[in-house]
Amino acid sequence: MKKSAAVAISVIAVGSLLGIAGCTSTPSDSSEKTIKVSYIKTDAFTALDDLFNKVKPEFEAANPGVTVELDPIAATDDDYKTKLALSHRSAETAPDVFYEDQGNVRSDAEAGYLLALDEYTAKWDDWSEFTDAAKQAGAGDDGKIYSISLGTDTRAIWYSKTVFTNAGIDVPWEPQSWDDILVAARKIEASDPSVVPFNLYAGTGTGEGSNMQGFYELLYGTDLGGDALYDSESNKWVVGSDGFTESLEFLKTIYDEGLALTPAQALDPNIWKSVFGEMFPNAKLGGTVEGSYTPSFWVEGGSFEWADYATEMGATAFPTQDGQAPGGVSMSGGWTLAVGSKSENPQLAFDFMAQALSFENALEYDNVNAQIAVRKDVAADESYLGANPFVGAVTDLVEVTHFRPSTSIYNQISVEVQKASEAVITGKMSPAEAAASYDAAVTSIAGDDMVIEK
Amino acid sequence: MTAEVISTAQATQDERRPGPQRSGRRSALLKISRFVRMIPLVPAIIIMVVFLAGPIIWSFYGSLTNAALSGANAANSSFIGFDNYVKLFNDPVFPQSLWITIVFTLASAVISQNVLGLGIALVVTRANKKLATIVSSTVVGAWILPEIVAAFVCYAYFSQDGTLNQILALAGLTGPNWLYTFPLLAVVLANLWRGTAFSLLVYQAALNDVPPEISEAAMIDGAGGAKRLFFVTIPMIKNTITTNLMLITLQTLSVFTLIYVMTSGGPGNDSTTLPILAYKEAFRFGNIGYGTAIATILLLIGAVFSIIYIRAARPSKD
Repeated sequence: MKKSAAVAISVIAVGSLLGIAGCTSTPSDSSEKTIKVSYIKTDAFTALDDLFNKVKPEFEAANPGVTVELDPIAATDDDYKTKLALSHRSAETAPDVFYEDQGNVRSDAEAGYLLALDEYTAKWDDWSEFTDAAKQAGAGDDGKIYSISLGTDTRAIWYSKTVFTNAGIDVPWEPQSWDDILVAARKIEASDPSVVPFNLYAGTGTGEGSNMQGFYELLYGTDLGGDALYDSESNKWVVGSDGFTESLEFLKTIYDEGLALTPAQALDPNIWKSVFGEMFPNAKLGGTVEGSYTPSFWVEGGSFEWADYATEMGATAFPTQDGQAPGGVSMSGGWTLAVGSKSENPQLAFDFMAQALSFENALEYDNVNAQIAVRKDVAADESYLGANPFVGAVTDLVEVTHFRPSTSIYNQISVEVQKASEAVITGKMSPAEAAASYDAAVTSIAGDDMVIEK
Repeated sequence: MTAEVISTAQATQDERRPGPQRSGRRSALLKISRFVRMIPLVPAIIIMVVFLAGPIIWSFYGSLTNAALSGANAANSSFIGFDNYVKLFNDPVFPQSLWITIVFTLASAVISQNVLGLGIALVVTRANKKLATIVSSTVVGAWILPEIVAAFVCYAYFSQDGTLNQILALAGLTGPNWLYTFPLLAVVLANLWRGTAFSLLVYQAALNDVPPEISEAAMIDGAGGAKRLFFVTIPMIKNTITTNLMLITLQTLSVFTLIYVMTSGGPGNDSTTLPILAYKEAFRFGNIGYGTAIATILLLIGAVFSIIYIRAARPSKD
């Protein structure tokens, strides 16, 4: 009895082992081609998911035998980029088409994650419709095209006309210098202490957003302008500049005087949801720096629908420090679509991407997501121009906008900037100390020969 | 035991002292049979090498390179020797993080979970069955929650508008934003709440093995409650205490999700323990080599603690 039980158990164990081994062998059916598409999908951002879900059946119908596997990832921007980078390290997990931050293109191309698209764009009719700036945005260090822009964005000051009028400030508001912002903020604070006068993102909580919608607006408006972070002539990182310290001092002023959010609120990665969803609609916030995509949250179908935004909100350029030329500052980023270098079906992947970036799809996406068009035909279209009342204003900011120096170590430098702003708003370091700490960190990251004193 | 058997066999054989031929064959057979007995262990050894030793060695090697998540070093990482470790020891964040990890482990595990677990176990063994069940279930309930759920619960409890502040408001006090002003305290309390059940279960089992006759004898001799606890009960469960300490220390050293969800290691680096630092460096900043160096240091710290505990648990030679 005991022996037969032992035999039975051994047979079951061996049998199940073989069964498991058999089940995990991959089917060698090569007539089924799969295109894996990775992108972000969150409650607040469904535009790309809608776009891909529209293109998927059309593409599969036009290409029999091809399956499109959509891989929406619900994560913050930073976590998504990490997950994407990790998935690129192996051909089994690498996506064929994916949503890529324009700022990471150069670094990822260097890492060998992106496929060079020149041979495919050469045969693509629509490529000539893309603006030169858009084409450049997707280029790698070697000049090859590695990604194609979905749209771009600029940053502006969004302010509540209600709050400003209540505080006795004339609208439309057009600050000409940093002082103008302080004056207006103090006026709002005096008239109604329950309202937050002016928000400027800072710290590591909001990640890259705190730089783009915060510190860089200040830094790129100082004397050195577009070369304040990275000197384009010498291709070196700038350290020891007065502009850096003065930008930190401005941050310290508005946070210390209670003209901005509390530091605890500023460090909350989800604070932007409160800004869009509660503070502006309830007229509890005077102004903030935010991207040109802001109306996409308020329009019908957006995450924080607000019918009156068009009349209650205003948008204006962020001023330079003392109003010096060019008078305004903006930062541009934007996201692109790219093809993975390990893709087994690069032509199919590119075709899918091309279809997602066609005139109709790009127009729809740019309108729904409040993007600035990178295709000339989309930019001229009536429905684009009429999508929301602020399209004209934010598109004009393209004239004074700056792009980040997206080299391979940019991520680390960006974190150092975030740390500096965080140290200042939490009071842990004075602006001079934070600037010195930043200088030391940048020198250590980039190397002594890659920094320049200005 | 095997050694004793073999040495006895050897001794017996030496006594009998047959010809050298026969004794050689005997010991050769013994050697072969010992080897044959090891064969069933080979799959287990292979699995351990592949899944335990392998990753540790690979991770140590990775810490000697400048592997990155993006950029040129992602395509071709190069061997840089101990540069990562040199950079680590020169980084001011590292000693701060090390200190926070030690404080976190000592405060929430070695002291709190241990003492609380023992205390509740002592009370529960004497209380009536119903009360014992209710208390045990409540404590264990916190432990069996998935870590991410527990982390969200604690986040909701400690945040500015969270449960704790609402309770304090009922008493007329305005609580601070615990996660911002006292982040380390918040995560220590959260981990204490979550992990006490483990110590409780371990000590409950250990206390059941303490023969009641000895404590009764001590009681008859006039020893009070505290004396009985310190001079009878605790020495009897000494091995359990050591084992429990080792297990909870190692578990607590690697706590990640709880802290990451509650404070993200913030504000700044105020609650960044070594696992969180390793994660940030490897995956936020993309410095995989550097993050792996931190992880290796964590491994060494765990090894040191283990050796201390194993030494303490070694039965004393009479």
